[in-house]
Amino acid sequence: MKIMVTVKRVIDYAVKIRVKPDKTGVVTQNVKMSMNPFCEIALEEALRIRESGLASEVVAVSMGPSQCVDTLRTGLAMGADRGIHVEANDSMYPLFVAKILKKLVEIEKPGLLILGKQAIDDDCNQTGQMVAGLLNWPQGTFASKVVLDKEKQVATVDREVDDGIETLCLNLPAVITTDLRLNQPRYATLPNIMKAKSKPIKKFTPKELNVDIKPDLEIVEVTEPPKRKSGVLVSSVDELIEKLKHEANVI
Amino acid sequence: MFKLSSLLFKSKSKSKNALTIIRTFNNLQPCNASTHANSRVPISRNFCTAPERDSIEYDVVIVGAGPAGLSAAIRLKQLCRENDTDLSVCVLEKGSEVGAHILSGNVFEPRALDELLPQWKQQEAPISTPVSSDKFWFLTKNRAISLPSPFDNKGNYVISLSQLVRWMGAKAEELGVEIYPGFAASEILYDSDNKVIGIGTNDMGISKDGSKKETFQRGVEVKGQITLLSEGCRGSLSEQIMKKYNLREKGGAEHQTYALGIKEVWEIDEEKHQPGAVLHTLGWPLDHKTYGGSFLYHMKDRQISLGLVVALNYQNPFMNPYEEFQKFKHHPAIKPFLEGGTVIQYGARTLNEGGFQSVPYPVFPGGAIVGCSAGFLNVPKIKGTHTAMKSGMLAAEAAFGVFNEGLDMNTYWDALRNSWIWEELYKSRNYRPAFKYGLIPGLALSGLEHYILKGRHPITLKHGKPDHEATNAAELHSPIHYPKPDGVFSFDVPTSLHRSNTNHEHDQPPHLRLRDPKIPELTNLPVFAAPESRYCPARVYE
Repeated sequence: MKIMVTVKRVIDYAVKIRVKPDKTGVVTQNVKMSMNPFCEIALEEALRIRESGLASEVVAVSMGPSQCVDTLRTGLAMGADRGIHVEANDSMYPLFVAKILKKLVEIEKPGLLILGKQAIDDDCNQTGQMVAGLLNWPQGTFASKVVLDKEKQVATVDREVDDGIETLCLNLPAVITTDLRLNQPRYATLPNIMKAKSKPIKKFTPKELNVDIKPDLEIVEVTEPPKRKSGVLVSSVDELIEKLKHEANVI
Repeated sequence: MFKLSSLLFKSKSKSKNALTIIRTFNNLQPCNASTHANSRVPISRNFCTAPERDSIEYDVVIVGAGPAGLSAAIRLKQLCRENDTDLSVCVLEKGSEVGAHILSGNVFEPRALDELLPQWKQQEAPISTPVSSDKFWFLTKNRAISLPSPFDNKGNYVISLSQLVRWMGAKAEELGVEIYPGFAASEILYDSDNKVIGIGTNDMGISKDGSKKETFQRGVEVKGQITLLSEGCRGSLSEQIMKKYNLREKGGAEHQTYALGIKEVWEIDEEKHQPGAVLHTLGWPLDHKTYGGSFLYHMKDRQISLGLVVALNYQNPFMNPYEEFQKFKHHPAIKPFLEGGTVIQYGARTLNEGGFQSVPYPVFPGGAIVGCSAGFLNVPKIKGTHTAMKSGMLAAEAAFGVFNEGLDMNTYWDALRNSWIWEELYKSRNYRPAFKYGLIPGLALSGLEHYILKGRHPITLKHGKPDHEATNAAELHSPIHYPKPDGVFSFDVPTSLHRSNTNHEHDQPPHLRLRDPKIPELTNLPVFAAPESRYCPARVYE
């Protein structure tokens, strides 16, 4: 069985984000970029499944400008066997990613598609769900545990939901999106980074895959959240009630 | 896999037992080759519980992807091309990416870059803001007195050194240099003759108490016929090597002296921004016994870099260089620049000020030391990038001579002394030591050197006491009261640290290891009033 994993190139989680002076987005020039942390977890899970003998190959997919190849190389260094780069210079919204993934799934025919639950730059949390819908595959999102049964061709997924943990049994092929507590991604070792250089990366364009990625969304403005105002010390309960009534308007 | 093993088989003089084979293994399975689909049957390896370290070999291993290290790497590959041969060159960088740990003012003198990559302008190096003005002020608490500028920055540029280094990294990779960021060289490897044969990278995935985590990965050995150390000021491996081979005595050098530079990058108001404007100050907030000064450089895109450099032989143990920097920003001549602006980044780095008198013998069996790890900073010019780069180039030329003509690395030492690095350092050798007599005598002597003598006399002043011996006992001084940060111009350390983009995983062993953990309690506190709580700009001593 093949596993396909998506990896997204995002601004590193430790970087302090700044809004561009023209408010069209955030500053990305000379800013450190890394693999989306949830994508790392997705890839780690795929690698573990392959290492347990339940899958034969892990294919990493990334979509975006030419620098996505760096993210793919990191994925290959962690242990993925092959990479696929869909080159596109426009913003990749979840629906288009999902449509392209559908085409790639039709080409590669994986038994499992694992994604991070969301990307830390747009926090959309949509791609996994959308691609499952397009493919008409079962989905297990916010996975905190994944157990595969090769014979029965099912995946048992523990999902982190508001009330606690929900356990679903999905018939393969299926889509799984990973949450934080699923696993601890491995470090890419130096020998593996060197080996990754010779692993193949196939290139596609959205046009080749017959997917139109003309955006139907337009970013109007990006602003920083308002600065948190400092609290006020009140001297008595009466004053507190006074303020809650007349200033905060909550009672 | 097979391509890599051929690299190993090419290496000379390896006995059967010493042959190391790259094994792919992960610690989720028992350390037993036969169960692995990818492993190869080893010849005579024992399967112990502690995983063996993999070993990778190169012709030249360079530690540190800074200006010196990258210049050496680029020069090596250039020489290979010129001579129709090839050498495998590997650069290891502990930062998460090339340029991540680079911090400098920086007013850049392109002298070395012109020699290394003369087409840098056409190749779009991030050097685009020529110095447009050069001011020098003496500050008192409330005034700024303009002095004639002792610098000649004509032909120099205001740059971001980390961006330049990033660009140099890309150029090096284009030439075939392998650069691996995210890997710190943590130990030196020796052979049975005590010759340096490479370095070992650190183990990863160790928890706070020292035990192995799920993600544990053993470090690797990166071996080279020649190892160049370009770790920057006070590089840990370089210091070890200098001690082991007595390189300071061998070069007839004095001890190294240091300064701490604390820097912020601001984005300021359009009207206040003058691209290429260079300002240096002396005096307030530092007292006349403390050597140091500030800098304020206008880069492009409305950004300025400003900072305070304090020599570490200051006497008052109550001094807090970070707070002095915050104080400095409130000076009536400095504040106006910052009004309406935002801080973007913060960082700090030590630099060496020993100059000519402190350059150690830079060659050791198996390699050499380049850049600030040896210490080629020109103190009166306040520039060390161009000399660091040149030293990297000279080391590369010497190393190439070793491979190509069977010469030895000592030609690097000769080349250094015949180069413009030596000329510069010799000429400027007395400026800093003159200040051991105090600020005014220092200025007077420096003025004499600069305008009249120009170093053309046989006297070489010695440094004062080593920095750590210059700290007075707390009883000789009174605590300094520093104003509270106002959150607009001055900030507390946690806020600044957040801006430095340093982010360490909590569950790892502390980066600092005290040689004697009793000293802070027995000496630092009673005698010096715990200066470590004040001298670190990242507040790592808690």
